[in-house]
Amino acid sequence: MALLEVRDLHVEFDTPDGVVHAVRGLSFDVERGSTLAVVGESGSGKSVATQTITGLTRGARVTGSAVFDGTELLGASEETLRAVRGARIGMIFQDPLSSLHPYYTVGWQVAEMIRAHDRTVTRAMARERAAELLSLVGIPRARRRVDDYPHQFSGGMRQRVMIAMAVALDPALLIADEPTTALDVTVQAQVLEVMQQLQDRFGTAIVLITHDLGVVAEMADEVVVMYAGRAMEVAPRRELFYHPHHPYSEGLLRSLPSRGEPGSRLVPVPGAPPSLLDPPQGCPFRPRCPHAFADCHDQPPLRPVGGSPDHLSACWLPPSRGTTTGEVPAPAARELQEAP
Amino acid sequence: MVRFLLRRVLQGVVVLWLITMAVFALFYIAPNDVARTLAGRQASPETIALISHRLGLDQPIWKQYLDFVWRALHGDLGYDYYHQVPVTTIMGAALPVTASLVLGAAVIWVGLGVTNGVLSAVRPRSVTDRSLTVFSLFFYSMPSFLLGLVLLYFLYYQLTLHGLAVLPAGGYSPLAGGLGTWLQHLLLPWFTLALVQAATYTRLTRGSMLDVLGEDYVRTARSKGISERRVVVRHALRSALTPVVTQFGIDVAGLLGGAIVTEQVFSLPGLGKTAVDAINQQDLPVIIGIVLFASTAVVVANIAVDAVYAVLDPRVRLH
Repeated sequence: MALLEVRDLHVEFDTPDGVVHAVRGLSFDVERGSTLAVVGESGSGKSVATQTITGLTRGARVTGSAVFDGTELLGASEETLRAVRGARIGMIFQDPLSSLHPYYTVGWQVAEMIRAHDRTVTRAMARERAAELLSLVGIPRARRRVDDYPHQFSGGMRQRVMIAMAVALDPALLIADEPTTALDVTVQAQVLEVMQQLQDRFGTAIVLITHDLGVVAEMADEVVVMYAGRAMEVAPRRELFYHPHHPYSEGLLRSLPSRGEPGSRLVPVPGAPPSLLDPPQGCPFRPRCPHAFADCHDQPPLRPVGGSPDHLSACWLPPSRGTTTGEVPAPAARELQEAP
Repeated sequence: MVRFLLRRVLQGVVVLWLITMAVFALFYIAPNDVARTLAGRQASPETIALISHRLGLDQPIWKQYLDFVWRALHGDLGYDYYHQVPVTTIMGAALPVTASLVLGAAVIWVGLGVTNGVLSAVRPRSVTDRSLTVFSLFFYSMPSFLLGLVLLYFLYYQLTLHGLAVLPAGGYSPLAGGLGTWLQHLLLPWFTLALVQAATYTRLTRGSMLDVLGEDYVRTARSKGISERRVVVRHALRSALTPVVTQFGIDVAGLLGGAIVTEQVFSLPGLGKTAVDAINQQDLPVIIGIVLFASTAVVVANIAVDAVYAVLDPRVRLH
């Protein structure tokens, strides 16, 4: 049994303009100690989906199921969710400056996490542990910096603070919501490395939400490609990069800039994602898809395609497509080769 | 930070200096016979000449101004000819009344306003939120003289009619004369002042809390699994209070210069009532004294607000 099993997750919001269908029937598994990357454009529902699982989306209509380590989280009591949040599922977010409270020292914020779940820990003990954690995530002179405020750290160091806080109680799952998007490219790699080291050391499973395929190539074991609130393709990393089945995944891989061919034009995915206020019937990618045909007016289910049994795609194109075309977009191949 | 506060203090000094010039210009250079006005209508020519000389009115204007500022700096605000006492003595008697009124009311309006604002913000557009909004706007739109009179009618007049003479009709009893009577005399004035003020604080806290509750760090706090109460109070309210502190400084300072209407309705001999009486009697030195005190209070309160910012927000402390 997987650590986290999400089945047919639907999330809807009532807005003045109508009902927004942010997530529409999403299913995925996260295995213990592995990394699942959730990829998609802005507004594809990737953040909403993961925040809903931990009960952080307020005022939403949620259906489906999310079983974490044997506990159903959707519809669980606030008490149950609070016991899971922080202690069993740690979370880090996109912008570490706005995600840390500007008025409290980083040590206080890490210590609060520890004491929130174990009142027997004294303030002094929690502060001591906070310093150890800051040192663990690679903050130099952690013992002294524990009393500094977030604005006294650089972007990368702030994200390390967030990571230290998220892993303070050795959670089984770490949800990282675009952890490197707000950071400099040089710092991105360092932050990813810290996460990977922690995973190797403590066996933490990671759900990594990103729109950066470079990050996916570096970190992921499995990948979910999301579009308009749905999973378009679910595949092991190499399978996705070498044999993408869904035309949307293919488009994403093609749109990567290629350093090998100077002067070559970027290949964008034409068109824009559909409005989630009134999502189209059938395959949501149909209006932008170069291969669209009559069948696409019915929503294709996620079904096994290609060689690996873990490779699922929600597309009516022949299953053999991914393996037979065999063509790897050059930039995608490069990203993979550069990954460790 | 020290340099920042020092600069604010210097700015305050400049503001006060400009105010002394304005006050001086208004009352001493105005085209009326100051000595005659100061002495009152029934004064003899000898008194007028004496006052004229004592005020230095036979001196050039710049010298008069310098004398005025010099004496003010030494705590001498002139002499009240109606009551034959220094202005500072009159103000010294009135200040504790106003301070008791304003500070007591401040506790009520901040407590009420911030609590209601938080309750509104945690459940926006709920029944609680809407009822509290109606409650706030009801008192906000009510003039304080009316509210004061209504409170007096029900809680003094009607109660006394029914044999429950708990609250007095007005007047002041100093704290030194007993806590009980002090409270008795101030209870209605406090609520008159506080209910009107609380509305502002409810709306301010609500808006500020709604902003802060949408911040990323509040989401982080929730992701830690701490109680919602702690999220609201320790994480959200802590930040949301900053604009409230600003408003509080301005309000308290403004009211210390005289909660004129409330003092008038409840016959409290505070600075506001003293100022009104002085204006009616053309008692210029008293007016000048109160104006100077009121403006000093505003300047000092603004600097105090800046200092409190530094305590609240570590980002201010270091720059």
